[in-house]
Amino acid sequence: MLLIPCPYCGPRSELEFKHAGEAHITREPQVADDQAWGEFLYTRTNPKGIIAERWRHTSGCGRFFNCLRDTVSDNILATYKSGEPRPSLETSGEPSR
Amino acid sequence: MRFSLLSLIRQSFAHNTGWPEQWRSPEPKPSYDAIIIGGGGHGLATAYYMAAEHGMRNIAVVEKGWIGGGNTGRNTTIIRSNYLWEESEALYGHAMTLWQDLSQVLNYNVMYSPRGVMMLAHNIHDVQVFKRHVHANRLAGTDNEWLTPEQAKAFCPILNISKDIRYPVIGASLQRRGGTARHDAVAWGYARAASALGVDILQNCEVTAITRDASGAVAGIETTRGTIATKRIGVVAAGNTSHVMSMAGVRLPLESYPLQALVSEPVKPVMPCVVMSNTIHAYMSQSDKGELVIGAGTDAYISYSQTGGLHIATHTLDAICEMFPNVRRLRMLRNWGGIVDVTPDRSPIIGKTPVPGLFLNCGWGTGGFKATPGSGHVFAHQVATGEPHPINAPFSLDRFRTGRLIDEAAAAAVAH
Repeated sequence: MLLIPCPYCGPRSELEFKHAGEAHITREPQVADDQAWGEFLYTRTNPKGIIAERWRHTSGCGRFFNCLRDTVSDNILATYKSGEPRPSLETSGEPSR
Repeated sequence: MRFSLLSLIRQSFAHNTGWPEQWRSPEPKPSYDAIIIGGGGHGLATAYYMAAEHGMRNIAVVEKGWIGGGNTGRNTTIIRSNYLWEESEALYGHAMTLWQDLSQVLNYNVMYSPRGVMMLAHNIHDVQVFKRHVHANRLAGTDNEWLTPEQAKAFCPILNISKDIRYPVIGASLQRRGGTARHDAVAWGYARAASALGVDILQNCEVTAITRDASGAVAGIETTRGTIATKRIGVVAAGNTSHVMSMAGVRLPLESYPLQALVSEPVKPVMPCVVMSNTIHAYMSQSDKGELVIGAGTDAYISYSQTGGLHIATHTLDAICEMFPNVRRLRMLRNWGGIVDVTPDRSPIIGKTPVPGLFLNCGWGTGGFKATPGSGHVFAHQVATGEPHPINAPFSLDRFRTGRLIDEAAAAAVAH
């Protein structure tokens, strides 16, 4: 089970959260063709490595936030509030285990 | 050497010292006519049918670890074809047909056992959904029938049908042709049969790059065992498909989740069938060794860790103990996870990709084992001829652009 540091409430058990998919997925509002719409709805990075993902602290503050996690080791590298840019990880070059 | 009563008798007189290796372990050739990436059941079946039915002998299966060591060796071996839509019934029904005489065709006992798969309904929604499946299946000629709780208990005597439990059983659907098979034997049987036809099986050979020529078409692969040239690649890499396809610059509608299973200590036969419950996240059957094989749900988040959180397995055991009270004191021997590649509509993707010469068979999610022979058979046609078999044509990658999805979320039967 993950221990997830909510940026509002601090570290809490995974049971308090709902996973909400890949973060930073945006759509160009001027483009409305099938290809772009299909990619927006369905295409995902699904990286073997570091993923930026959304969580919602459903049993706590109820707020969405973003998280950087290594999908090989499941180590959480950073969490940050929605709307903030994805942090760079040059200081935490922790290897996967 | 063919397996037969005669070879068995001969080997027993020779103290079983004369059995040959089941498949060759050759060095990679500099080039092949086609390469299958992924040595699980689906990849090995694909290679076998390409050799057996399409005459392609200069082909190879590359596997980063050992064959059958991924989801083929990690699933709960359930076989059924009670899916909702006609496209799915054709695909899973095709596999069901091939299962019937697979041991004879491969000359390898895959221990296919049509012992019946029963899916439990615990609420009105389940009843409506399962009855819809029963009617759709029967119209399509697929066997599936509706049972009362008493009939369900008669079919599986250890089932608890009390009305005073948290999620009482109020009905069940039963597919009698469903059942189980020995997962390792499926991989080994296909590997042995493919190798005998000249297919090279390259284990411990991880793909590190997919190279393309000036026109953008596939030119070969880089691996941990050297460079191999080829014009055709079939990617059958299950949970690692997104990772492999990113080497060719292709993004996919896939997400990879850990799916867990566990087995108990072996006991005498107590369970004559497979029982599944989607609503309370549990399913169980008994292996021929006597272990109760239990499947859990997926974790909530994308991961390649092949483990998963213990709370997921605990949740499933809560449900198992309520449905089957007499197994409560059994100890669990092992638990593990496999990485399953889930599509938005819970149906697989089998077909072309935007890259010429690169073909895809993925997205089997939580239920690929049952389809192994059918998946390999139609994908062999796809890779060998370049065009889809009529059965896999609807399962194209393009359906996520056109919107012609094949929604099998209810039939997938694993909570996710």
